[in-house]
Amino acid sequence: MFTGASPSLPRFGLRFLFGVVWDPVHGIFGVAPEILGTLVTSGIALLISVPLSIGAAIFLSEHAPAWLRDPVGYVIELLAAVPSVVFGFWGLAVLVPLMQGSVDPWLQSAFGWSPLLGGPNGGGRNILTASVVLAVMVTPTISAVTRESLAAVPRDQREAALSLGATRWEATRLAVLRYARTGIFGGIILGLGRALGETMAVTMTIGNKNAFSGSLISPGQTMSSLIANEFTEATGKLYVSALVEIGLVLLLVTLLVNIVARLLVWRVVRGGAVAGGA
Amino acid sequence: MASPTVRRAFNWVAVALTCACVVVILIPLASILYTAIVLGGSVLSLHFLTAGPPAACTIPSGVGCPVGGIGPLIGGTLALVGLASALAVPIGVLTGIFTSEYGGRGLGRAVSFFTDVMTGLPSIVIGVFVYGLFVLYYPRIVFSAITGSIALAIIMIPIVARTSEESLRAVPHSVREAALGLGIPKYRGILRVVLPSALPAVATGALLAVMRAGGEAAPLLLTAFGNRLGFVGLDQPVGSLPPTIYEFGTSGASNWLADAWGASLILIILMLGISIVARLVLRNRFRAFGGG
Amino acid sequence: MPTKLETVQLSAFYAKKEAIHEVSLAFPEKTVTAIIGPSGCGKSTLIRCLNRMHEVTPKATTTGEIRLDGEEIHALDPVSVRRRIGMVFQKANPFPTMSVYQNVSAGLRLNGVRHRKELDAAVVRSLKQAALWDEVKDNLDGPGIRLSGGQQQRLCIARALAVEPEVILMDEPCSALDPIATAKIEDLIFDLRQNYTVVIVTHNMQQAARVAEFTAFMYLGKLIEIDRTQKLFENPAEKLTEGYITGRFG
Repeated sequence: MFTGASPSLPRFGLRFLFGVVWDPVHGIFGVAPEILGTLVTSGIALLISVPLSIGAAIFLSEHAPAWLRDPVGYVIELLAAVPSVVFGFWGLAVLVPLMQGSVDPWLQSAFGWSPLLGGPNGGGRNILTASVVLAVMVTPTISAVTRESLAAVPRDQREAALSLGATRWEATRLAVLRYARTGIFGGIILGLGRALGETMAVTMTIGNKNAFSGSLISPGQTMSSLIANEFTEATGKLYVSALVEIGLVLLLVTLLVNIVARLLVWRVVRGGAVAGGA
Repeated sequence: MASPTVRRAFNWVAVALTCACVVVILIPLASILYTAIVLGGSVLSLHFLTAGPPAACTIPSGVGCPVGGIGPLIGGTLALVGLASALAVPIGVLTGIFTSEYGGRGLGRAVSFFTDVMTGLPSIVIGVFVYGLFVLYYPRIVFSAITGSIALAIIMIPIVARTSEESLRAVPHSVREAALGLGIPKYRGILRVVLPSALPAVATGALLAVMRAGGEAAPLLLTAFGNRLGFVGLDQPVGSLPPTIYEFGTSGASNWLADAWGASLILIILMLGISIVARLVLRNRFRAFGGG
Repeated sequence: MPTKLETVQLSAFYAKKEAIHEVSLAFPEKTVTAIIGPSGCGKSTLIRCLNRMHEVTPKATTTGEIRLDGEEIHALDPVSVRRRIGMVFQKANPFPTMSVYQNVSAGLRLNGVRHRKELDAAVVRSLKQAALWDEVKDNLDGPGIRLSGGQQQRLCIARALAVEPEVILMDEPCSALDPIATAKIEDLIFDLRQNYTVVIVTHNMQQAARVAEFTAFMYLGKLIEIDRTQKLFENPAEKLTEGYITGRFG
């Protein structure tokens, strides 16, 4: 991939990462808006998904009656079996009209004064919509790893808390969540890795505009959606190698994220050091 | 001091909130299934499963539009996934055998960690990688069944390797010892005794990898590309289901949209079916070994 | 001595399987009572019923009564029952993410005690009672899991003492410890009876003889007999008890 990117790597250098103009016609390639788009969509997706996933995992492993646990946990994990292009199509057909028709106008009327939620809403295809689809997609990952981490908490930790007179929820908060935090964090990072690289679902819902306006209800672009959109149109060596270079950036970022995530999850699920540290 | 009543109430609020999380998470799944069944179910027919794609039609109501199908695209997906499996399953299973039986703690762990990391790499990056490789060395077949299936195989290998490793590890140690005790060399013991007793689980891992590959669209946009004819030769572009859902789904043509839902429904049925079968096989497997 | 805690016709089940059968047993106030018997006789199950920890296990149920100061504990809130009846487990289980100080004060903080001075006083008192104070006083903010096995178990005892329970249940608290650590904990149990009612499960008859005024012998889920420790060991009423303490089975 380094060789594939060789025409554009030396030509733009760091300007590639920080440039804001993507103009294939004039051979200017800067991907700062796309990098921002990737980070912002993934960040919002985690903001939505993390509380829901952890909440659901807590309910299933600590509170739900035994007969409900596995079936419901399994149904949530079924979400992971839905192909990402179907998520994208669902986002386009169901979520985009919903966002355009009710959510975005409401956000605008309530928070329109803020630059974060101002401006035209791009017909429902925008950063926020893509983030919501991503949130749905990373939820099974995060909740599955959280459930595994909670299951790895020894029973005597729960019992120690209960025997001090803790309620179920207090025992979860005091003993279980603290003990499992390394694994849960690993699951979140794993979800982040998935969100950063997701292509089809984002491409179909983000609006595909090569700019980052700062407003969440404006269209945008991510690194992966840019590749998917323009690869087939890329003419000329420089254009193609610029797209390959984006792939390279994405590879390095997701590689790093995944290595961190796996190290954390392995530590918990494969035994070894206890989730320690004060 | 917080009174017991307050604490008990707080406990129930927390339980209710976490329960609400489960409900909220299930809404999108229900919505996806509902939409796919309602919109996709209406176009399903034998004709839909066999005929070629129709010409695009922009009449909003869809009345009088040509009715086509996705037959060749199903064939294209089967060809791509079949070729990819032929590459990925042997490599993946051998990797799994290595990490579980031969790797030891150092190299084996390193390899299985690496495969774990690989499963998390975005598929588009793998598409770009295969594209970049071929554009440099074999530009003639950049968009072909070969590159498409290689990209899918790279996605599948780590999944097959990890599930093989896990299923081989689940075979009790006594089985290996029994084979060794009969004076059988280690490699034959593994091939003849250990692997067969883990076979259902290994096959399930392969099935999960097929499921993942069968739903991929992003890497195929850069490799297999697409056409309306499905598989027409190893060195030719291949049309398949997921990229077609993308193409038809983002088009304005009313009959293409309907077809995209039909194709989505078929993919969903296949994926969920595989996933449920895999679940049942793996669960019985672990039960057979007494939870170990 | 008035009765602090008693069971009446108590049976306990895991799903359909009966683990203890109609046990009626009284624990006198401010004494140490040991429960002995071969493994699998139901002694751990019995002790876990006493503060309603048994029902935490999925599908586990009980029938019969348990009375604390004459009050049926199943009619009370399990949280407040466990606040009054503390427990020390077989394996030391300090909270690994917490310091020594946080471990000991965990129960009080749960009950809403925020006042630093109050917490400090309780931590010092409990650690002293658990004979751990001298060993950890300079390192209260260090992690609890860095302590040795015997220290960890005394930390768990201090954690249980900090909420000032009325009864302390101990489920083979020394089974994972070396003889020196065991001796320290036995001394500690012996001292605890001045303020607390203690019930200790042990498979070690010498330990029962050293720390307990009363000893109960259980076999196959049934209470065979209970008596003053010395009497039970020297002159048991039942043949089964005699067989067990003379080492013919168990």
